[in-house]
Amino acid sequence: MPQWLEPLQAWSSIDTWIVVTAALCAMACALPGAFLLLRRQSMMGDALSHSVLLGIALAFLVAYGLKSRGVVDEATYRATWHTAMFAGAVLIGVATAVLTEMVRRSGEMESSAALGVTYTSLFALGLLLIRLVADKVDLDPGCVIYGNIEAVALDRLGAWVWHLPRGAAVNGGVLLANLVLVTLFFKELRISTFDPELSTSLGIRADVMHYGLMAVTAVTVVAAFESVGSILVIAMLIVPPATAYLLTRRLGQMIAVSLVVAAATAVVGHVSAITLPGAMFGALGFSSVADASTSGMMAVTGGVLFSLALVASPHQGLVARAIRRLAWNVRVAREDVLGLLYRLEEMRVPAAPQEVYRLLREGHAVAGWLLKWALWQLRRERMIEAEAEQRLRLTERGRAAAQNVVRSHRLWETFLQRYFGASDERQHVSAHVTEHFIDRRLREELAAELNRPETDPQGRTIPPPPAKPGSQG
Amino acid sequence: MHDTAESSNEGFDASQYPLVVRDLTVAYQRKPVLWEVDYTAPQGSLIAIVGPNGAGKSTLLKAILDLIPRLSGEVLIFGKPYRKQRARVGYVPQRESVDWDFPVSALDVVAMGLYRQIGWCRPVTRRYRAQALEALRHVGLAELAQRQISQLSGGQQQRVFLARALVQNADLYLMDEPFASVDAATEQAIVDVLRELRSRGKTALVVHHDLGSVTDYFDQVVLLNMRVVAAGPTSEVFTPENIRATYGGKLALLDEVGESMRLGRG
Repeated sequence: MPQWLEPLQAWSSIDTWIVVTAALCAMACALPGAFLLLRRQSMMGDALSHSVLLGIALAFLVAYGLKSRGVVDEATYRATWHTAMFAGAVLIGVATAVLTEMVRRSGEMESSAALGVTYTSLFALGLLLIRLVADKVDLDPGCVIYGNIEAVALDRLGAWVWHLPRGAAVNGGVLLANLVLVTLFFKELRISTFDPELSTSLGIRADVMHYGLMAVTAVTVVAAFESVGSILVIAMLIVPPATAYLLTRRLGQMIAVSLVVAAATAVVGHVSAITLPGAMFGALGFSSVADASTSGMMAVTGGVLFSLALVASPHQGLVARAIRRLAWNVRVAREDVLGLLYRLEEMRVPAAPQEVYRLLREGHAVAGWLLKWALWQLRRERMIEAEAEQRLRLTERGRAAAQNVVRSHRLWETFLQRYFGASDERQHVSAHVTEHFIDRRLREELAAELNRPETDPQGRTIPPPPAKPGSQG
Repeated sequence: MHDTAESSNEGFDASQYPLVVRDLTVAYQRKPVLWEVDYTAPQGSLIAIVGPNGAGKSTLLKAILDLIPRLSGEVLIFGKPYRKQRARVGYVPQRESVDWDFPVSALDVVAMGLYRQIGWCRPVTRRYRAQALEALRHVGLAELAQRQISQLSGGQQQRVFLARALVQNADLYLMDEPFASVDAATEQAIVDVLRELRSRGKTALVVHHDLGSVTDYFDQVVLLNMRVVAAGPTSEVFTPENIRATYGGKLALLDEVGESMRLGRG
């Protein structure tokens, strides 16, 4: 085992519970988060995770008031306090959404401004209330923000649920409920997210679905709060679904992948929290740094996984796009080389490599190294060869490919001249770009449309299709 | 023909008509967008709604569908309010109204037209997917059923929306600018579908922007500019005078009154 992994030897059931709780919590958040993301309301998660504090404070005040007036006894209070907290959170969660909509309408402002006004006010009010009763409530604002996942294994439930840590049980329950809801209402969530107007006109009211989603988000956020803190909750609502969005093209797949990413974030985050700080800071000479906050490391891990998806996603990833662009540029450069050699041959001008290179660079946006690479490729594939005196010439295969390129170019010029009366210069500029997009099928359609012309508008011969079609185009 | 005089007649039976709009007024932010619109649509016809920007064409469709509140008036679909007739109305919203990067396939979108029929909390089963595929075939897109919608051209996206309305098998179709920036093949496909709907006795109310093709495609026309300027058979109503009245400056006064109402009470 490498030295930096040694802290893992001390892995205990406490670590297992931290990872399990964090994973359950992250997965529970990913479900409503995926729909918030698709509704372009990701910041609603941020807002809710703040404003529900008011719900928690109100629930506490009501419950405490009832207890002190003797309406409920101490035991009932202890048993129902958490339920009351969830009820308060749902109430304020939905209220945040309703108020935001009201502010947006009557203030005629954009929804993010309306949201900003609403949730900060509710959050501040909640914070004030909590401070006022801070000595009596077992809820500490600091803990709400940073969470206390390291202590999750300490708070255990009774024997009837096998002494499960409370955090794991609560978040597991919420995950299960969210899974059931998303499965049951999958189709309704999909349509009301994609096309709210059609949804409402079919009788699936988009506004009702919206408030439902807000209620689910509020419950999820409150459950996750105590375990992981609000910063991580915000990250878990957005980051795994955003990562999955980059990797998939179907809603079902997106949700499944965001669950996997959420779980992976928890595992990798905790393992990194144990191992990386020691290894990194140890190398810098700090000896006392042992591990980092798991919540913090999970949020960082989420960001790293997202960045990986951004770079490596098969469809929109930066790498995939760069490869596609490079492949296209190489192809353009190759076709330009072939076309130029064909024209030089036609004019019986000898093609010295420097001259070819100079002509290609003229008015050419493609980088020099790409042209050199294209030349090298073409020579290696025996499309072109160097004669004595270093003259370049097309091989038989190369000529067939070049014929296609020049044929595309001149057919397109003829087409532009005949149908649009474009000037010679315009024709050439357009054809120089378009020739790379005209494949064999389009080429022959063009030829048929133009009654198989033999010369282009400048009187140059349009090469016939090669006997053996070349590999280009 | 089917004007207000008739709809107030004793013998008028609204259930005989796919759509009866009476005295409909709609306002956004206190500014009236539709003023006392009266219109009765004859069954089995293709009806164009034309008018300048801001004339309330889309608003009319949305008000018919109860998507926006109305200040006054009533809308009857075959004699009953819309909420009791959802199954008989198909809606094609403007293409720009949705996010085409949404992670769904063309088939998924078409199947959405069946959600009401499928019912709450029930999955889209194979039977419904087959129905959706059939509708896609109808608009010539069966091979692209599994494509994500962002991979379709604008015209193909519009045809997906059309297929979604077709699969509803409604009696009255409301379409918001289905011909907006589509290719020639799509335009033809939409026209074919519209004519086929008419031959089956269906009615389509289509917001249309291209005045040049109104006469070719539609047998009825509603000229709208906040109120109904004229409505009836295209051959009688679609006259230069009416078009000028709809698009010309004559309604500037109406607009001014509306603006002053907005400012005065704001």
